[in-house]
Amino acid sequence: MLDIKELHAKVEDKEILKGLNLNIKAGEVHAIMGPNGSGKSTLANVLAGRNGYEVTKGSIEYDGKDLLELEPEERAWAGVFLAFQYPVEIPGVNNVYLLKAAVNAIRKNRGEQELDAVEFLALVKEKMKLVKMKEDLLNRAVNEGFSGGEKKRNEIFQMAVLEPKLAILDETDSGLDIDALKIVSEGVNSLRSPERSIILVTHYQRLLDYIKPDHVHVLSNGKIIKSGGPELALELEEKGYDWIVETEAA
Amino acid sequence: MSTNSEKMEDLVGKDYEHGFVTDIDSDTVAPGLNEEVITFISKKKEEPEWLLEWRLKAYRHWLTMEDPTWAHLDIEHIDYQAISYYSAPKKKEDGPQSLDEVDPKLLETYEKLGIPLQEQKFLAGVAVDAVFDSVSVATTFKGKLADAGVIFCSFSEAVKDHPELVKKYLGSVVPAADNFFAALNSAVFTDGSFVYIPKGVRCPMELSTYFRINASNTGQFERTLIVADEASHVSYLEGCTAPMRDENQLHAAVVELVALEDAEIKYSTVQNWYPGDENGVGGIYNFVTKRADCRGDNSKVSWTQVETGSAITWKYPSCILKGDNSVGEFYSVAVTNNYQQADTGTKMIHLGKNTRSTIISKGISAKKAQQSYRGLVKVSKSADNARNYTQCDSLLMGDQCGAHTFPYIEAKNSSAKVEHEATTSKIGDDQLFYCLQRGIKEEDAVNMIVNGFCKEVFKELPMEFAVEAQKLLGITLEGAVG
Repeated sequence: MLDIKELHAKVEDKEILKGLNLNIKAGEVHAIMGPNGSGKSTLANVLAGRNGYEVTKGSIEYDGKDLLELEPEERAWAGVFLAFQYPVEIPGVNNVYLLKAAVNAIRKNRGEQELDAVEFLALVKEKMKLVKMKEDLLNRAVNEGFSGGEKKRNEIFQMAVLEPKLAILDETDSGLDIDALKIVSEGVNSLRSPERSIILVTHYQRLLDYIKPDHVHVLSNGKIIKSGGPELALELEEKGYDWIVETEAA
Repeated sequence: MSTNSEKMEDLVGKDYEHGFVTDIDSDTVAPGLNEEVITFISKKKEEPEWLLEWRLKAYRHWLTMEDPTWAHLDIEHIDYQAISYYSAPKKKEDGPQSLDEVDPKLLETYEKLGIPLQEQKFLAGVAVDAVFDSVSVATTFKGKLADAGVIFCSFSEAVKDHPELVKKYLGSVVPAADNFFAALNSAVFTDGSFVYIPKGVRCPMELSTYFRINASNTGQFERTLIVADEASHVSYLEGCTAPMRDENQLHAAVVELVALEDAEIKYSTVQNWYPGDENGVGGIYNFVTKRADCRGDNSKVSWTQVETGSAITWKYPSCILKGDNSVGEFYSVAVTNNYQQADTGTKMIHLGKNTRSTIISKGISAKKAQQSYRGLVKVSKSADNARNYTQCDSLLMGDQCGAHTFPYIEAKNSSAKVEHEATTSKIGDDQLFYCLQRGIKEEDAVNMIVNGFCKEVFKELPMEFAVEAQKLLGITLEGAVG
């Protein structure tokens, strides 16, 4: 599904990723953990194709395609979804309007019939339940005046509607209180499926109490230095990151 | 709630789509301006002596005036002697008596512009007066309007058929000597629209004028006069286009609105004159004086404008709030791309008690365009409890364009409350990326973000105009990012 080999990437001339390898199969949930500045968000942004993140070496194969050859919107059409760490506010643009434009842009580029207003609304109603999305948020401007929790919930709601093949959740848990974290996690869990792979980028183990990953990776200084099962996350919670970083360096 | 994407598909890759030239026999006077030319225009239009005198007086005053230079605009010297001041499509014999007799080529032109002149096609229920170069070609739906007592005709017809109204109100809001371009217009105006809504009448449909400059080297100097008598109501739409030409063409119009007691006028403009090419060659100079006089108590005038065209725009639709409790509103979206320049805004002159005004201005600049908001809020001594709220937002695309704000506030009454808010923002890379990541193409994303920015103004426009305005924004800003 996703095969990252020897990935090097830089941001403003500073090399952040330094030979990252990662292989994810369809249906798997991988957690990427690591201390601040280890390159977690850079990985998420490189996968989504954000400007300013320059890949200098290595390859990313996604669903049989060379992901790095695709424009950001083409990646979205191919099923790549990024839940933003800091969801952007777009004043005056209706939340549900943006989502409909997104759904139909993706469908159109896949050669599928676009949804009309009625079909779209039915889809929205169904998915709203998954993340207990409040109706009034639908008709507000995108993320404008949303609380931190509402913004993150909106991201997962969009993910539910867009049904991606590869979802990257960039610190979706940050800034959430425990109730919001539960709701968001339930939403994500309900979206797990054999065809969908999920990358959870997170700083804390807390999220993994609610979303059980198949694999946990520790990212440090631009490389994955340790991989394991869910138990690795618990160990990290207990001991912090330093012991691995030191062990691996030694 | 349909998506923009389909519409945008059609629009992407389109250049100025109204840039065609109609091959039509026209009756054009040689370039140059003098008393003979003015007399010629007046005679041609079979005007009464008083009007000729009025024109000549304006002309003589104009001769003593100089081009205004205070605006934040870079205007090449205009040679007023190189402009032709009259161009009319040649009429066969005595001119068309009905639409059937209008030159089919003209009708074709208007069809290309999407203006439904044929009444049978009128589903929208909008009455249209179409001004082609200097003359009014056809006014539709006259019969139905006449039943309601509404007068909607070309200015020339109004001079013939309703001289008492014209004489009473012409120049009563914008005096002939008001400013350089208004004086020029007063001397040489050729046609335009006239509207009179009688007491207590709510105009049964939207009234609309389309202006088009076709002939080269001509200026267009139209004059619009709208009078809303006591407790009447009218909504008026104005649209403008011009063919692509390398030379600059001058458009200096005057619009006067008069609202008597309890009357309401809503005036909406979508201005899409040819803006010049991407190197700044050609385009219309749009130097327009628009002013409303809220003469009666409780009267209300609302200006809504979407300005996407013209090489240079110099325009300040204003309200004189004379009547007690009168209300003035100004909602504006101005877009400048490439080398376009705009210096636009409004004046709200509070004279009556409890007068209120609202100004919402949205400016968008891209590439090398320069744009200024210039607004005056004046509260006179007599205007107790006057209120003004001004919001002035600028959106920049790229880093070579400029946005400037020149708000002037003069308050001479201590009970006045005047609020001014201004913001300048750049279209964010993060906003764009957010949309791209959701699968929305860049053009569509820009269109969406910009339309969101302008939402407060678009919601003031009548429905069909709002759709047109959104499309225009898309075309105007095409390729402005990235």
